[in-house]
Amino acid sequence: MISEQLPALQVVVPLIAAAFCLVLARPLGAWLITFAASAASMAVSFLMLNTVMDSGVIDYTFGGWAAPFGIAYRVDLVNAYVLMIVSTISTVVSVFARASVTSEIETHNQGFFYTAWLLCLTGLLGITITGDAFNLFVFLEISSLSSYALIAMGADRRALTAAYQYLIMGTIGATFILIGVGLLYALTGTLNMLDLAQRLPDVANTRTARTGFAFLTVGLGLKIALFPLHLWLPNAYAYAPSAVSAFLAATATKVAVYVLLRFVFSVFGVEFALGAMPLALGLAILGSVAVLSASTIAIFQQNLKRMLAYSSVAQIGYLALGVSLATPAGLTATLLHLFNHALMKGALFVALGCIAWRIGSSRLQDFAGLGYRMPWTMGAFVVGGLSLIGIPLTAGFISKWHLILAALEKGWWPITVVIIAGSLLAVIYVWQVVERAYLAKPPAETSRAEAPASMLIPAWLLAIANLYFGLHTDLSVGIASRAAASLFGVVP
Amino acid sequence: MIDNPVLRIIAKIIIPMILLFALYVQFHGDYGPGGGFQAGVIFAAGFILYGLVFGTEALRSAIPPGVLRLLIAVGLLLFAGVGVVTMLAGSDYLAYNALAQDPLAGQHLGILAVEFGVGITVSAVMITIFLAFAGRNDP
Amino acid sequence: MIAGLYNYWIVILLMMTGFYVVISSGNLVKKIIGLNLFQASVFILYISIGKIANGHVPILQEGVSNYSNPLPHVLILTAIVVGVSTTALGLALVVRIRETYDSVEEEEIHRQDESL
Repeated sequence: MISEQLPALQVVVPLIAAAFCLVLARPLGAWLITFAASAASMAVSFLMLNTVMDSGVIDYTFGGWAAPFGIAYRVDLVNAYVLMIVSTISTVVSVFARASVTSEIETHNQGFFYTAWLLCLTGLLGITITGDAFNLFVFLEISSLSSYALIAMGADRRALTAAYQYLIMGTIGATFILIGVGLLYALTGTLNMLDLAQRLPDVANTRTARTGFAFLTVGLGLKIALFPLHLWLPNAYAYAPSAVSAFLAATATKVAVYVLLRFVFSVFGVEFALGAMPLALGLAILGSVAVLSASTIAIFQQNLKRMLAYSSVAQIGYLALGVSLATPAGLTATLLHLFNHALMKGALFVALGCIAWRIGSSRLQDFAGLGYRMPWTMGAFVVGGLSLIGIPLTAGFISKWHLILAALEKGWWPITVVIIAGSLLAVIYVWQVVERAYLAKPPAETSRAEAPASMLIPAWLLAIANLYFGLHTDLSVGIASRAAASLFGVVP
Repeated sequence: MIDNPVLRIIAKIIIPMILLFALYVQFHGDYGPGGGFQAGVIFAAGFILYGLVFGTEALRSAIPPGVLRLLIAVGLLLFAGVGVVTMLAGSDYLAYNALAQDPLAGQHLGILAVEFGVGITVSAVMITIFLAFAGRNDP
Repeated sequence: MIAGLYNYWIVILLMMTGFYVVISSGNLVKKIIGLNLFQASVFILYISIGKIANGHVPILQEGVSNYSNPLPHVLILTAIVVGVSTTALGLALVVRIRETYDSVEEEEIHRQDESL
């Protein structure tokens, strides 16, 4: 019986947990609820991924109303995969959050912090699982509003302006998505994604369809932080509490990329979205510029959280490049990078959070001698950094390798050059940190002072995952390629 | 404003009517225009008027922030709980038919409970927002 | 053509006014007002879609077969709630920014952060 209810439980468990968190408001209890709810959603998402792998798509209708009338959830391989990423990252990072939040956020606000965390998780899972275009907008706003609140809780006063800026740009993006959905509804009379996909081809050649598509892509571009719509991201990630940076960097933009894939491939169809509309070319150009410019800007950042944020903008460029190729191989690379980037950015931001917990700073100048003061933390940071560059035997290498292969297969060699150039730039900004931490002269005393185990274990879990998925590619590549094939409509 | 007798007396007359009208909009929502969102906002408007006339301190003692926080959660849990009950009854989430023997009675009961939950949360959130802004400079 | 589609022209006018205020104004409160105008235009877009020529109130009645579409109104009720939450959160941030920086002008805030 419970196995049939999994899609509803995926969203309802964190939602109900958020209500309990609000009532309880004690830091420890709220954290326990957050961790338990995250772990439960992770279990649900793994069960669903397993079911989808074995027996195909799961359909779920709310309130007993059949699909076009009620809200339907539809879990296929693509969103089961993204659900798995989001809930796993939330679980791992929430372990880390306890100590980090205790040191960064005032006690009376911690209950609100965990409530907002769970609501954000609810929103992200809801966006991913829903099969209804308007429901998607509602969940998008739930996750966005709670992430604005989470970012504003950062200790630096610039967190406030960063959250405000994100609120303005995020709301414009969400409203653009609302306009796009409204135009599609006016055109087809349905909000269900499956129905939309069936009815759109007949009316694809109208100005309304093209306008709706344009609004949706630009709105999603804002949420994805695709260059040049990324202006909100560096400040938001740099001044948010450490745990929030780790959680959002590894999940929020990934989910937005998933929505773009869903609309491009499942709703509008490849011929329209990447053929009739100039999206492929746009993504290729913007993606290349994002990789090169954001990586270059990252080199000059003194605040490492800001550096990683710019690196995220660059990584989003890689994701866009994979989509722009419009081939199953390119899409596989994008989906693979979705997963691997969540792992590496998770590891890096969590490691940075450990450092901020110990030395109270994430500025490069304070890193001198840190390799000896905090060997375990810096070890995890270096593994994440190597993965970010794309050194062989790490997860980052696998996704870049697939991306380069896909680009060569298509014959777009300039993209290959861009990817290699981006990796070389990544070498520079990661090396800066390594150099400062291991080779620079430490200030005065260098007694060993590690972060507590509750912070180190998540950092190393993510770091080891980076190594594991760099060696054992069957699982990640297998799911990603099957998911890509299903988006292209090839029966796996 | 508490010194102005006209405001005080008018407010005392009008606030019960606002609350009553809110309850009407809430529970008549199954038959005519109405429902939890509108009723919640009207209900909160009554309290906000009270706060405007008698001061935020009086409003806070009438309905303490802790109670508001509890109400926000209770409304949400009522909504989500109805769904859990239908799930336990072996049906889909929020499938009200499973709430009673007769599907019609089930639908009736379900929508009433869900809208009531929405109403509680909306009014508590609205009063909280008012207090968060208007009571910001209180000692 | 202009007369027949006047609702869209109103929507576009409102939308562009709101969008312009968001982009051009340096005052944080005015930006939020612009954002509200921008969202309101989308609400009107949805609601005007629901109108059907000679359509009746969407409550079952004898002898009426042509009803207006109630769904856009329901959707917009949700979107209005989202809009209210966004405004409340935005204004709450502005209040805290004002308490921290003693200003709600973007340029002034930037100037203070630069000198940090």
